[in-house]
Amino acid sequence: MLANTPAPPLLEVRDLCVSFTSRGQVIPIVENISFSIGDREILGLVGESGSGKSITAMALMGLIDAPGVHVTGSARFRGRDLLALPDRQLRALRGREVAMIFQDPMTAFTPVYTIGWQIDEQLRVHQRLSRRQARARTVELLGEMGVPDPANTANRYPHQLSGGLRQRAMIAMALSCNPSLLIADEPTTALDVTVQAQILELMRNLRTTYGSSVLLITHDMGVVAETCDSTLVLYSGRVAETGTTRDLFAHPQHPYTAALLASIPPMSGPRPDRLPAIPGGPPQPMERPVGCAFAPRCAHTHATCLPAPPPRFCTVGPGHTVACVLPAEGAPLPPRSGSSTSPVL
Amino acid sequence: MRSVPPNEQAANAPTAPQPLMAVRDVYKTYTLKKGQTLKAVDGVSFTIMPGEVLGLVGESGCGKSTLGRCLLRLSDVSAGQIVFEEQNITHLPERTLRALRPRMQMVFQDSYASLNPRRRIGDLLAEPLRVHRTPEGTRRNSATIAHRLTELMELVSLPHTALERYPHEFSGGQRQRINIARALVLAPRLIVADEPVSALDVSVQAQIVNLFADLQKHLGLTYVFIAHDLAVVRQISTRVAVMYLGVIVELGETDTVLHNAAHPYTIALTQAVPRPVVGAARPAPLRGEIPSPVNKPSGCRFHTRCPAVQPRCQNEAPALRQIAPGHEVACHYPVLK
Repeated sequence: MLANTPAPPLLEVRDLCVSFTSRGQVIPIVENISFSIGDREILGLVGESGSGKSITAMALMGLIDAPGVHVTGSARFRGRDLLALPDRQLRALRGREVAMIFQDPMTAFTPVYTIGWQIDEQLRVHQRLSRRQARARTVELLGEMGVPDPANTANRYPHQLSGGLRQRAMIAMALSCNPSLLIADEPTTALDVTVQAQILELMRNLRTTYGSSVLLITHDMGVVAETCDSTLVLYSGRVAETGTTRDLFAHPQHPYTAALLASIPPMSGPRPDRLPAIPGGPPQPMERPVGCAFAPRCAHTHATCLPAPPPRFCTVGPGHTVACVLPAEGAPLPPRSGSSTSPVL
Repeated sequence: MRSVPPNEQAANAPTAPQPLMAVRDVYKTYTLKKGQTLKAVDGVSFTIMPGEVLGLVGESGCGKSTLGRCLLRLSDVSAGQIVFEEQNITHLPERTLRALRPRMQMVFQDSYASLNPRRRIGDLLAEPLRVHRTPEGTRRNSATIAHRLTELMELVSLPHTALERYPHEFSGGQRQRINIARALVLAPRLIVADEPVSALDVSVQAQIVNLFADLQKHLGLTYVFIAHDLAVVRQISTRVAVMYLGVIVELGETDTVLHNAAHPYTIALTQAVPRPVVGAARPAPLRGEIPSPVNKPSGCRFHTRCPAVQPRCQNEAPALRQIAPGHEVACHYPVLK
């Protein structure tokens, strides 16, 4: 799978920072995020609302153009830095080599053109196909995404389709130019569970059918476990923990990851009397602690967690790093327990 | 299994356990353009016993929210009967109904939209106490009201200073605590909670689920807990009703419905929940999408997506029938273990 790739990863993000300026005050939204995605890899970016996961995606796609926003760091995609690319070149890349899908396909499509027209347009601009060729490819794509009766569905407007069909159409549009990287921002959050299962299956199959890598942004640990090869946990704009999904779920090393997994009500086994909830809520970016951002809610907080700078990354296994002082202090968290954890195969 | 907590207010009720609410063959039909009708709730019957938590689950468009609103007469039903505390409330005039409102309350999904942004929390919570008289028929004085507000803040674990603040000053989780406090102001017996935790962050969701469970135990409340998240419903409910396109397809004890489901839809629904476990078995997802509630399939509504469909299912709608004590299923060919 990934064994024969000593070459640089498809996308390598280093020290991505996004900050806003408000009333002369610099508010850091995302701080020093680094990660890489290999060929045909699905990386899950998990975090709560306000953790900076969507902002990260927007920054990578060059979609933040509000005044007063500073984006620093680098994001090397096939040797080119996405963050330093001039608009013209970025526009040629977007849609063709890097595509994005959003949570709400209703607002991502324009309501005044048919689904087919919108997918055709993309093909005509990027691949210089004729109208007829573009439509043939559109129908083919919709069919591959499991849209029933694709030729007729292409002639329908977004509001005439169900949420699941709209999301399929959006994935078809994103894949129309065979991008090597698909950024999917909460693609199943607005969908019902039975439809979500279908879309997740589709995303998993993209690797083999299209050779695409996926950056999957979600807040749902269940979605990550079922879909992603590796996982990056964000908390309050900073990376808390990153590793292969298998390692991270079997042996979460950041107290936030561990507490988050523990607080999800189990679907099997005995029902706990009370859920092990995390007290409080995530901090506002302006009120983010100088040390570990999770310290005020953490059950393991002690003196070394509090002063700046935030804890450095500690490597706890192959590709598994954690921004916490516990492993370095020789007191790592125990492996995840409970009946819902499957034995590591 | 959980024991049913004693209900203090039910102490003077007759000794035989009477349901707190009985829903008999309820329909809710909306008339659309071109003479089309949308049967959001299409013949639903069940009872809720005091102290019980009934989880109402289903995907969007199944009618669970509409049903929830009908239970409290926030929407009028088109046909059928709703009996609350042995009183038929289906057609009670608004004035009479108002006297019952203190005993049945609702918590909504959107914690911000359900609080008036221009009023302080203390003011919001005091209003029902000023409007409604005590059960003895007297008006409450300001000292009584202040005392009750303090009590409520303690119940939902908010600082007393919260009473002086406005809704926008709180986080989503805190606002949902305020909404719960408001539902509790007049000491209701029944609370209908419509997706009360689905807009919250995962790390906050568990706090609110715990709060619902604690209050239920301490105050002997009865909940109808409407949600699409099966794991949350499993955590809090004593019984679960699964809805699909306006009807209940399965109803029973939580563990029975979620782990020994007999309806193919319930089975597919429980299997589709993504679990935070790597390498969990992943059965093939259900094909197709939920049909439009305006144009429902003939016979069994689920037959277009059912993996075990038989010819009979296309023509004949199965009725909800009991297959084991307390376990009801609407399927011609229930999956029995």
